[in-house]
Amino acid sequence: MRTSSLRGKVTISREGYRLNLEKEKLLEMYRKMLEIRHFEEKAFELYGQNLVPGTLHLYAGQEAVAVGVCANLRKDDYITSTHRGHGHCIAKGAQLDRIMAEILGKKTGYCKGKGGSMHIADFSVGMLGATAVVGAGIPIASGAGLSIKLRGTDQVVACFFGEGASNQGTFHEGINMAAIWTLPVVFVCENNLYAMGTRQTNVMLIENVAERAVAYGIPGVTVDGNDVLAVYEAAHEAVKRARESRGPTLIECKTYRHKGHSRFDPATYRPKEEVEEWLKKDSVQRFKAKLLEMKILTETEVDKIEQDVIAAVEKAAKFAIDSPCPAPEEALEDVCA
Amino acid sequence: MRQITYRDALREALREEMLRDKTVFVLGEDVGRYWQGAFKVTKGLAEEFGDERVRDTPISESAIVGVAAGAAITGMKPIAEIMFGDLSALAMDQIANQVAKLRYMFGGQTRVPVVIRMPFGAGVNIAAHHSQSLEAWFMHVPGLKIALPSTPYDAKGLLKTAIRDGDPVMFFEHKLLYPLEGPVPEEEYTIPFGVADVKREGEDVTVVATLYMVHKALAAAKMLSKEGIDVEVIDPRTLAPLDKQSIVNSVKNTGRIVIVTEDCKTAGVSAEIAAIVAEESLDYLDAPIKRVAEPDTPIPFSPPLEQFVIPNEKSIIKAVKEIVY
Repeated sequence: MRTSSLRGKVTISREGYRLNLEKEKLLEMYRKMLEIRHFEEKAFELYGQNLVPGTLHLYAGQEAVAVGVCANLRKDDYITSTHRGHGHCIAKGAQLDRIMAEILGKKTGYCKGKGGSMHIADFSVGMLGATAVVGAGIPIASGAGLSIKLRGTDQVVACFFGEGASNQGTFHEGINMAAIWTLPVVFVCENNLYAMGTRQTNVMLIENVAERAVAYGIPGVTVDGNDVLAVYEAAHEAVKRARESRGPTLIECKTYRHKGHSRFDPATYRPKEEVEEWLKKDSVQRFKAKLLEMKILTETEVDKIEQDVIAAVEKAAKFAIDSPCPAPEEALEDVCA
Repeated sequence: MRQITYRDALREALREEMLRDKTVFVLGEDVGRYWQGAFKVTKGLAEEFGDERVRDTPISESAIVGVAAGAAITGMKPIAEIMFGDLSALAMDQIANQVAKLRYMFGGQTRVPVVIRMPFGAGVNIAAHHSQSLEAWFMHVPGLKIALPSTPYDAKGLLKTAIRDGDPVMFFEHKLLYPLEGPVPEEEYTIPFGVADVKREGEDVTVVATLYMVHKALAAAKMLSKEGIDVEVIDPRTLAPLDKQSIVNSVKNTGRIVIVTEDCKTAGVSAEIAAIVAEESLDYLDAPIKRVAEPDTPIPFSPPLEQFVIPNEKSIIKAVKEIVY
C-alpha cells in the first residue's frame, strides 16, 4: 500500500483502488483504537483488583478490525457482537463509562448489571448486543438486515464473529439466508487463529475463512486485520455494496489477540515466536507509525491524544467504581416487556 | 354465530394483523404461495401480501428463529413457522438462549416480539420426529410466553394477542385440531394471556386439560355425567403466564383434580400444575392429585402402538373414578 498526503486529505492507493480520507477521520480512527487498547488494559487492571466479577475476554490486539469496520458505519447502522465485544461497543460509539460499569456489574452499566462483559448492548447507537454463544449472532444480524430491507431504509449491519464461529451451523444458515435475500449485511470474521486453545489448522482444512463465501455466492475477501486502513478499505467496499442493496460480503481479518482467550488463560499453547511476531505487527503501533510517517500527526500530538485517552479511560473507570450495584431484587425485572 | 375451522381462524388472525400492522410478516419453510404451509394455515397470504411478507425460507430452523429475533429487535413483528414443533430442537439455542434472553441480558433495552408457530401432537401416524408435545421444554425457559389454543375461537383470539405482545410467544397448535369447526365471531376480538377458560362447569372433580386433550376431557365428562359424576373442565389456554388462580379456585370447590396433557409425564406440564395445586390448595384436596399423560416413550409409528401411548377418554375416566368415590 502506498500513501501520500495532499492538502490535509490523504489518498491511499492500493491496486488501483483509491480512498479519500479526511485527516479528522484518520485521527478519529486512531483515537478509537487507542481507547480500546487503554480500556482493555484498564479492565485487566481492575480485574486484578477483584473489581470485575466473572471473566474477561479482552479485545486488545484486534482493534483495527472493529475500528476499520465501524469507521464506515453511520450511527443508525447496526452491529452484532460476541463474547469478545468491548472493542465493538467502543468502535460503534458506546460510552466508555457505561461499558466499564456493566463490566463491573453496576446499575449504571448499559444492561443494568444483567449482562456483564459478554452481553453489552447499546441500542441507542445501533449496537444490538453481544451474544456469548459462539456464532449465534450471525442469523440475528441477518434478521436485522431483513428488517432493513422490509422497512425500506438504507441502513447496514456489520456482524462480528471469530473464525471459530465459522464452524457453527449458524454461520452457514445465517450467511446463506442473507445471500439469497440480498440483505445489507457485512459479515466480519476476526480470524485470531485460535478458538480458545484450538488452532485453526486443527479444525479447518482451508487457510482463509473467506473462501467459504464461494459456497453462498457472495464476495469473500481476506485482509490484514492488523492494518486498520486495509480493514477500512475492504469494509468500505462491502458497506457500499450493502447500502446499495447489492447483498452481503464476507470479510476475513487476520489478526491476533494479545492476551489469552479469557482472564484465566495464560495462552501457553501459542508458540513464543508466534506471539512475538504478531506483537511486532501490532495494529495500534503500526497505525501510529503510519500517521507519523504521513505527517498527519507529530510526536507531540501523539502524546496529547494518548494522554487524553488515558484520562477518558480513568474517568470511565472511576465512574464505574463509584457507581452503585443494582438492588438484588432487580434480578426479577426485565424478564418480560 | 358462524362456524369456521381452527385452521381458518388462525389464518384470519394472521391476515387481520398483517392488514393492521405493516411490520408483521411471516417466514418459514414452505409458507409461501407454492405450498402455503404444511397445514395450509398461510394459504392465500402470499397472494394477498406478497412474497416479501410471506417468506419461504431454506430448511434452516436455527436461522429462521435467529432472523426473526434480529428483525424483532429492529422494529419488525415476525411470525416464524416451524413446520413441525419437533424441529424446534434445531432452533433451540436461538429460542432458549437468544429470543428468550435478549431483553433480560441487555437490561430491558429491547423487546423481542417474535411469535413462533408450531404444530405439535400425536395421532396421525408420523412417528417419533413429527408427533411430540414439547410444552415443558419451553415452560422451563424464563422469557418465553406459551399459548396453546384448543378451539377455533381461542386460536384466533390468542394468536392476535401473541402478535401484538412485546415478548416472544411460543404458539402451540395441535395438528388434529386444524379441521375442527367452532364458533368464531365476525367482529374483532382478542383473548388476554393468563386467563383460563372453563370449558365445562362441574362440581365433583376438576379436570385441567390442554390442546386436543380438552376435547378428550369433554368427551369423558359427558360419559361420566351419565354416571352422576359432574366434571369441570378447565383449559389454561396459556402456560406462561399460567392462570394458577382459576385452577386453584376450581380445586377449592371440587376438592379433586385430574391433569390431562399429551406430553410425557416425567417433568411435564402436568407435574408443574400438580405442584402448584399441592403448594397452594393441598388443604382443599379430598383425594390425591391424578395425572394422565403420555408414558415416557418416544411416539411410536404403528397405529395400535401410537394409540396406546396417547391419553384418551378411557384413561381420563379411569383416573377420575380413582379419586371420585
